[in-house]
Amino acid sequence: MTKRPSQAGIIATNLGSERVVVKAQIHAGGRGKGGGIKLASSPEDAEKAAREIIGMQLVTHQTGPEGKKVKKILIEEAKEIKQELYLGITIDRSQKNEQPVIMASAAGGMNIEEVAAKSPEKIIKVAANPVVSYSNFQGRKIAFALGLEKPLIGELSDILKNLYRLFIEKDASLVEVNPLVITAANRFLALDAKITFDDDALYRHPRIKGLRDPDEEDPLEVIAKETEVNYIKLDGNVGCMVNGAGLAMTTMDLIKMAGAEPANFLDVGGTASPLRIERAFRILTSDKNVRAILVNIFGGIVRCDRVAQGIIEAASNMDLKLPMVVRLQGTNAEEARRIMAESTVKFEVAEGLYEAAEKVAQMAN
Amino acid sequence: MTGKEGSFHTREAIKFGTNIVAGMTPGKGGQEFDGIPVFNRICDAVEQEGANASGIFCPAAFAADAILEAAEAGIKLIVCMTEGVPVLDMVRVKKALCGTDCRLIGPNCPGITTPGAGKIGFMPNFIHKEGNVGVISRSGTLTYEVIFQLSALGIGQSTSIGIGGDPIVGTTFTDALELFEHDPATDLVILIGEIGGTAEEEAAQFIKEGMTKKVVSFIAGQTAPPGKRMGHAGAIISGGKGTAEEKVKTLKEAGVIVESNPANIGMAAKQSLQEQGLI
Repeated sequence: MTKRPSQAGIIATNLGSERVVVKAQIHAGGRGKGGGIKLASSPEDAEKAAREIIGMQLVTHQTGPEGKKVKKILIEEAKEIKQELYLGITIDRSQKNEQPVIMASAAGGMNIEEVAAKSPEKIIKVAANPVVSYSNFQGRKIAFALGLEKPLIGELSDILKNLYRLFIEKDASLVEVNPLVITAANRFLALDAKITFDDDALYRHPRIKGLRDPDEEDPLEVIAKETEVNYIKLDGNVGCMVNGAGLAMTTMDLIKMAGAEPANFLDVGGTASPLRIERAFRILTSDKNVRAILVNIFGGIVRCDRVAQGIIEAASNMDLKLPMVVRLQGTNAEEARRIMAESTVKFEVAEGLYEAAEKVAQMAN
Repeated sequence: MTGKEGSFHTREAIKFGTNIVAGMTPGKGGQEFDGIPVFNRICDAVEQEGANASGIFCPAAFAADAILEAAEAGIKLIVCMTEGVPVLDMVRVKKALCGTDCRLIGPNCPGITTPGAGKIGFMPNFIHKEGNVGVISRSGTLTYEVIFQLSALGIGQSTSIGIGGDPIVGTTFTDALELFEHDPATDLVILIGEIGGTAEEEAAQFIKEGMTKKVVSFIAGQTAPPGKRMGHAGAIISGGKGTAEEKVKTLKEAGVIVESNPANIGMAAKQSLQEQGLI
């Protein structure tokens, strides 16, 4: 692996193989189609490919339209490939399963989502009930369906057994080998692997937690995580701060309905304390695209008047200049609206959900 | 019950009418809270106080264990509010409860509330009003907004169930719809969904085949980006699947009234009730 194109040629030479593959390393799949994977037949070609790939904004169907900047590449020997398979394990959320599912396809290599959409019959699925764990018949069911030659059948089952163990023991959400190739010499070789871990289980996997690479994440989201603000950056111009994930998504939707674009998802959580509110404001105002802010809080246990005071305090502390609409509903909402209207800090106060979105959309546009 | 959160919510639940007979915290057995005995083990609470339902508020690392303990002790209704339970823990818990007569609601939910009877969870007391609309939701505060809208319009609720925001939950939309279909106190159901998974699509199938009562719905997350977990562990568009658009379409095809403006959900329910001559 390297971050420097000048190293690519040296690595290619040291690998001792005639052909190498230069692969972008990003936290997303679909790299091949996006131009992030190139074959090179000489060290010079490898360096050329590395120069093209390192620093590129790689857009794949998994990155979203803005793509991801490539900072690292991996250079490997290119092998003669006879067949490319797809193997994956994930959780089947459907009510009749609610357990891990092992998936395999002879249409390996690129874009499994397209295969799933256009020719779902090409994907073999076998349920894996955690009560009984993996059993060899599951591997055989898949291997025969893939039309593998006899000597490879047992080997595939072993691979699946280990992938399944990895999935369960490390609390993964997704384990994928795509492609798992069969080389000209009839050996299995994993050319790529992707593992997504269950965030909620990281507490019991400190080593995996330690593998986190903040470089691959949005800088604002990294800061947000450090200050315990649940935040996802988007591209729009209206920042929003809400208590509750469902209500936060709804607020984003409302902003769009009213004719503006949401700049983010932000769940300030159940306590909506003055400290949390200030941290949230700091994140929102760090996004230079934000032209107006909508605060939408439903006070259940949380009292709206307390939230109002928190907002006023935070806004004054930060000398917040951005126009803001504050919509508070629930416990002590009327008192809260009175406090906001009387404050020296300038806010637009709204009562209804849609009214609030309309007001902030006007401010932003 | 004995922690700061637990004690506050216990008092609120009692004010709402819930018959809380015991508390349970390992190591605090023998203590009392507001005259309510605290036990070390659930089985003791069942044996000595006749507990038949339980509310779980413990941290995520202990939640699955707490659910299993309650089930083993014979509790028939377990409501788990805890957020952050690992998915594989829930996979195992559900397999363990399969085939038993134990009902689990949650995790990662605000609980279940029946105005006039009681609540298990922490939905704020003041929003509810007794009536004939059932509410099923994956959210917390969004659910409160909808209930608040209904009550403000004079429409009460029979029971509100927060099924939780996780990918695998004890009681699904389909399970809850089936319960409401057979509940004489309920005339109409509001279903509040969001991106991620296929629960709404499966519910649509059930509604088409098995429901006579009308369903009004709202789906959050039309503007959610793909591949990102939007707060709730289950709110994620994966491999292009689980979009709000798809859910809205599938529900509409099943005859569900899908309201696109969240400010009008209560009104949509009221209109449907009026059209049916139910109010």
